[in-house]
Amino acid sequence: MIIENIKSQFPIFSKQTNGKQLVYLDSSNSSQKPISVINSLDNFYKNEFSNIGRSIHKLAVNATNRFENTRMSVKNFINASSKDEIIFTKNATESINLVATTFGQKYINKGDEIVVTELEHHSNYVPWHYLRENKGAIIKFAPINNDGDIIIEKLKDLITSKTKIIAITHLSNVTGTIVPIKEIVEIAHKKNIPVLVDGCQSAPHIKIDVKDLDCDFYAISCHKVYGPTGVGILYAKKKWLDVLPPYIGGGGMISEVKKEKISYAPLPEKYEAGTMPTAEVVAFNESINFMNSIGIENIVRHEKELTNYALEELRKINSVNIIGNPKNKAGVISFTIKGIHPHDISTIVDEEGVAIRAGHHCCQILHEKFKLSATVRASIGVYNTKEDIDILCKAIEKCRKVFDLK
Amino acid sequence: MDLKDLYQDIILEHGKSPRNFGKCEKYTHQAKGYNPLCGDKVEIFLKLNNEKKVENLTFEGSGCAISMASTSIMTELVKGKPLETAKKIIEAFLNMVKNTREIKSEDLNEDQKTKIMSLSGVKQYPMRVKCATLAWHTLTSAMEGKKEEVNTEGID
Repeated sequence: MIIENIKSQFPIFSKQTNGKQLVYLDSSNSSQKPISVINSLDNFYKNEFSNIGRSIHKLAVNATNRFENTRMSVKNFINASSKDEIIFTKNATESINLVATTFGQKYINKGDEIVVTELEHHSNYVPWHYLRENKGAIIKFAPINNDGDIIIEKLKDLITSKTKIIAITHLSNVTGTIVPIKEIVEIAHKKNIPVLVDGCQSAPHIKIDVKDLDCDFYAISCHKVYGPTGVGILYAKKKWLDVLPPYIGGGGMISEVKKEKISYAPLPEKYEAGTMPTAEVVAFNESINFMNSIGIENIVRHEKELTNYALEELRKINSVNIIGNPKNKAGVISFTIKGIHPHDISTIVDEEGVAIRAGHHCCQILHEKFKLSATVRASIGVYNTKEDIDILCKAIEKCRKVFDLK
Repeated sequence: MDLKDLYQDIILEHGKSPRNFGKCEKYTHQAKGYNPLCGDKVEIFLKLNNEKKVENLTFEGSGCAISMASTSIMTELVKGKPLETAKKIIEAFLNMVKNTREIKSEDLNEDQKTKIMSLSGVKQYPMRVKCATLAWHTLTSAMEGKKEEVNTEGID
């Protein structure tokens, strides 16, 4: 697989705006979609559409099979033990809410402690905050150092007999820090504490092996993994899904409904109430095929090379300050430029066709830590090239010119 | 679209060296504004005298060039005006950046109109309108003596 040929699989890059080609460096926010995924959505709605798991006509049987095929692909993609451990949700946010709500309902009481980190996206903090509000739980933040690495010794110190769960990101959407999940899971499991991993940023960029990580829960948003919006994944060890209460109630998640009592469907349907985003789940299979056709090792190598190139080129530009310098960094580069506000940078580079994000990236705790209200973030996807980085750097030089920086 | 429409020299200059920055003495009204999308914050200090005239108007805060310049220009144009005139200028400004790109006001002279018009380019950048309007909404809030912080997500 030649990495140069990847961009051509994404129709969005064949268009020009104001004579400028699109340089998309906002993949941490959401990724673009390859033609195979778009065609799958199109084909499913045109030729194969039916709801799943209910009717017994041919269309329904086919749709159900296609839907379950994706579940099997996801199971293999992240190396889960069984397809019953793969729950489809709306997005990673819903996956985390599912765990926080059901786990909280069963296991969290007043004074119990939840450990998160200063790296977390708001979606791996706010759901736990609900338990602080509703149940009187205590949330502790494992600190990070100036490089953007979690200080493992400090995290260890936060664990007490009251700690009920640790919720932690696999890859920071601000600093690009790849967190040593396996090491943290080992620490937690020695004290019988389960670990939820927010895999939103990691899933498209590094090898995910939930068996090897041994984590208890893993959350993914498919739209970041070159897939459609509206689909997320919760991986959870079967031992948890068996004992946790259901989350959303409705059709499809029940076994038997009586006026006096209700029994719930077996896994994974127990957690999939109502009509699911059928076409989108079916199309996500093509996203996994796309990733597999390149090979995760090749993706990692290509993105690492680009990240190093981008860091090198950005550091050459006067007054660019890159946030964090983690030991193990993926293609997420947040920075500031002295004298230009991130929003102004974003608007100016946008005129050059460069899409980057400005703001706090849903990580206000982290920005507060670095004493910043906002940063600019360039985040890499598998379709990016060195040329994209060159155009970004040129566009930044233009910002400096507009603002007359020396 | 030309970037120069948005980043006119007057905006860059006000953005770099904002006028009336700081907390003025003996202010009678004060309000805070916040744009949760970018984290920009502004605090307005308004001193109204007995004749209901804007005797002083200053601000503190941080933000992008557009928001700093807009706030700075606002303080210059509104200072010295009777309260009712100030309210009309705010209305004319909001109408310019959100609807017409033109400034319709009998309360501003030609120089002042040129100054305020430098912000009209924002209309072409919908995501940046809130950067320009934050301070103006916050000033309204200060005039009305509202206690809660102005949040750009609730307005515009």
